[in-house]
Amino acid sequence: MTATDTDATVITPQAPAAREHRLAATIARFRPGVIALVILVIFGLTTIRNANFATGASIQAILSIAAVYMLLAIGEAMVIITRNVDLSIGSTLGLSAFAVGELFTHDPHTSIAVAFLVGIGIGAACGALIGVITTLIRVPSLVVTLAALYVIRGFVNIIGSGIQIEPSVFPQSLVTFGYSTVIGIPWMFLIVVAVALAAAYWMYAYPAGRELYAIGSNPAAAALAGIPTTLRVFTVFVISGALAGLGGVLFDAQVATVNSTAGTGYELIVVTAVVVGGVAIFGGSGSVIGAVLGAILLQVINQALVAARISSFWDQAIAGALLLAAISFDRLLAVRAARALVAEKGVSYVE
Amino acid sequence: MSSESRGRVRARGLVRWESALVVILIAVVLFGVAESSTFWSTTTIFFGGLDIGQVAIMALPMTMIILTGEIDLSVASMLGLGCAVFGYAFEHHTGVVGAMLIALAVGAIGGALNGFLVARVGLPSIAVTIGTLTMFRGIAEILLGQSEVSGFPPSLEQIGIAPIFLHLAYPFFFFLVLAAIYGVVVHRTAFGRSLYAIGLNTEAAFFAGIRVRRTKFLLYVVSGVICAATGIIYSLQAASAIYTAGTGLELNVVAVVLFGGISIFGGRGSVIGVVLSVIIVGLTEVAFTTINISSQEQQVIFGGLLLLSVVVPNVGEVRNRIRGRVRRAAPPVSAGGGL
Amino acid sequence: MRFSTRNYARAAVGLAAGLSLAVGGTALASTHHSIKKGLLVYAIPKDTVNPYEVIADNGIKKALGQLGGKVVVSSGTQDTAAAQQPGIQAAIQAHANAIIIAADDPSALCPQLAQAQAAGIKVISFDSDVTCKNHLFINQANTKQIGASEVDLLGKEIGYKGQIAILSAVSTATNQNAWIKYMKLELKKKKYRGMKLVKIVYGNDDPTTSLTVLQGLLSAYPHLRGIISPTTVGISTAAQYLDTHKSLLKHLTLTGLGLPSQMRKYVLDGTVKEFELWNPANLGYLAGYAAANLASGTPLKAGATFSAGKLGKYKILPPAGGVGLSVVLGPPTVFNKANIRKFNF
Repeated sequence: MTATDTDATVITPQAPAAREHRLAATIARFRPGVIALVILVIFGLTTIRNANFATGASIQAILSIAAVYMLLAIGEAMVIITRNVDLSIGSTLGLSAFAVGELFTHDPHTSIAVAFLVGIGIGAACGALIGVITTLIRVPSLVVTLAALYVIRGFVNIIGSGIQIEPSVFPQSLVTFGYSTVIGIPWMFLIVVAVALAAAYWMYAYPAGRELYAIGSNPAAAALAGIPTTLRVFTVFVISGALAGLGGVLFDAQVATVNSTAGTGYELIVVTAVVVGGVAIFGGSGSVIGAVLGAILLQVINQALVAARISSFWDQAIAGALLLAAISFDRLLAVRAARALVAEKGVSYVE
Repeated sequence: MSSESRGRVRARGLVRWESALVVILIAVVLFGVAESSTFWSTTTIFFGGLDIGQVAIMALPMTMIILTGEIDLSVASMLGLGCAVFGYAFEHHTGVVGAMLIALAVGAIGGALNGFLVARVGLPSIAVTIGTLTMFRGIAEILLGQSEVSGFPPSLEQIGIAPIFLHLAYPFFFFLVLAAIYGVVVHRTAFGRSLYAIGLNTEAAFFAGIRVRRTKFLLYVVSGVICAATGIIYSLQAASAIYTAGTGLELNVVAVVLFGGISIFGGRGSVIGVVLSVIIVGLTEVAFTTINISSQEQQVIFGGLLLLSVVVPNVGEVRNRIRGRVRRAAPPVSAGGGL
Repeated sequence: MRFSTRNYARAAVGLAAGLSLAVGGTALASTHHSIKKGLLVYAIPKDTVNPYEVIADNGIKKALGQLGGKVVVSSGTQDTAAAQQPGIQAAIQAHANAIIIAADDPSALCPQLAQAQAAGIKVISFDSDVTCKNHLFINQANTKQIGASEVDLLGKEIGYKGQIAILSAVSTATNQNAWIKYMKLELKKKKYRGMKLVKIVYGNDDPTTSLTVLQGLLSAYPHLRGIISPTTVGISTAAQYLDTHKSLLKHLTLTGLGLPSQMRKYVLDGTVKEFELWNPANLGYLAGYAAANLASGTPLKAGATFSAGKLGKYKILPPAGGVGLSVVLGPPTVFNKANIRKFNF
């Protein structure tokens, strides 16, 4: 196979370089570990500046506030791995959060389990609708979910215009749950970690999960190989929607007061987290665990900036520079890892 | 299917969507006239142009970039940065012209950063420009913080209150002039054709001798400059510069371009489609506001229209594909719609 | 002390009375203009979805309803000046009599508002002022007084000692910045020399961002004694956090500006002792009456008076402290355990 990409150069085997590149390949493979390391470094640096950053309360807060973003990042990562994107999650979260609030307003005796089911159900329904349009009519998911972002948010704004769901509406058990901990770890964080592990295991151990990577790497080849691409892509949109719906209920539990603006603008934050977490935007590689760590990293940075007493005017500039650094770093690793592969096996590398 | 006949099919699809846009435009005008007693007036042209102006101008560089199969989500942040740099420089006594030049230079540098990372380093543009979206806005915030700069020369601030001639608002006039230039460049020059070639098949374009990297780099630089210029226009129009200017407009710009029939995969669409799209969106907003359709209802309608713009041209294809699959069992090209 | 016309003159004898006597001596004697029938007023809130804005809009509608006029509400779904522009234009096209606007940007809308004025439309700002010429600002409460009373509420609770911080909205928010300016001035007074403002953080009126900066604040300043959050999203989010972290309450006090409906739970369970706000419905109502009066011939000058239905008579105050001609709704209500059940907005 010859190099066909415009930017690719045919690389001839170079054995001596192999060792150096093998390190890069290893790092690339353990991307989540690298992010975890970066999180620890930032955490450490901030702690040096302000010892209080490392206290239990502070860590608990980071984990529980990050939980909603992490949850959305799981679904978004799965969607992006199939070479699609879901920009509707912020609006879906808002719809779910508001609808669950309305549910409690109209029937204060609704059980929490029902609330969770309703939230997840609403999200899954949104995801299913998007999935159908994307897969059956074959409309680019970026366009479908961008349209859905407007339609769903518009709908929430219509039904929720001027309505504030008050904290007293939500059952006490739900709102205390927002920050309650078990052996010092926030419940919300544990739930999200459980979801992330389940998703990661599914994508690692089950053929259906692994097929997502195949679809993202080469959709046509995946289809030829007999993978039910339509069903798989539809499924990940339902999952992404359902997780956004669950995120809505967790949002309620955390802030305890909600109006129709909940979740506005979350879509780009979450895509950022997923990409920082090492998921390739054009699909086929990355992991849910990386995406979740990416979300934690963004949260740690935002909180660290305040904790380190840096002017909050710097937040956005630093977050943006970090994202650029992350994807550049990725690229560097990918190139080196590929070279290592070439050096080892003596094949030319096609990007 | 030979490439030639495929090209013809594509051309036909294109014509179809632009005709659809013309029909929609007529429908919007008829709707406005029927529902609002004030719609059929010269102020509608002026106000509509004033409101859609920023999105309209930024839609043009976005059109070129999407034609090559890339995207630039940093446009609205670059508007904000252009606005902030212009205000900051003006406040530091560079004079208006000096401040404009500095803002445009910053636009070029920002665009070059996008272009470098996308075209040279080869990073995915959606990820790069989400990063610069955050970063440009962040730098704007560092520059101006909570302050707001005003006191620009009143003669320049006229662009926010007076039409340039007839009833055209300045921003919209700038858009039309730029659109004419873009139209000629995209549809009448080799450079323009090369954009389609890159969008349809980057590798083929490369082997055909098109300087893919240089082209893309250039497009991003131009986008940066034009968006910074839009920031300057906004500052003068609003008679004040603030770092939050244009927040969130990036998705509106993308939506307007896609509604104009530019394919998100690149290689398909025309400048006239985008111009029609801009006019439809601008007029719809005026019509809906005068008859008091709330902005939340407008969101739903706009989202629906956007969806329609991609579903309608695809319905024929879906039908063909299903038939084709039955006949030839041809494999689908991609799973889902892709990005 | 109520800031209705009669008492205001007595209370603020110095600056206000002096100026209004000089400038508005004749205006005080002006005859009352009867309200024209069928007035058309465009209400342009910060957005059309936020509950606070909608409550205020309903106040405007109530006022014009009583006066036989009509209100059209027009704004965007997000708080941007660009989204408010079409509403101003629609008012011009509809030949409205007045525009009542809560501006998302103090200056950016002035060119459009000037066009409206040129078309004979009276411009009234409320809740969040504009810097434009020839308009009337319906101030929810004396800006200086809010700054002072916020500091005082907190000072009383923490014994006038310790580090304090402010959790604000967006860093460019006009109101919050004006109040913070006066909070800083107030803190310079001798009474507050034990209190030190260590940090202002911005939660962008987004619950998650507010939580993030709040938590950063708590770890940056472990000895923080008090937080003032002069924005409804900030104070309710912070209250919810403190409510679930009761141990923090031992040394930390929260106050600010919040909606009683959102804060009731936290006041009743002791998380927040006192906070304040005006009644947004009354603010809208007053703005509605002011618009109707200006559109019916009440002159826009200091000292002019008008009647605002159930709220009584109001007088236009002369420019002072960066605020142009204005009318002040009255002192804000301080909410605590004793009275919070009585308010339902």
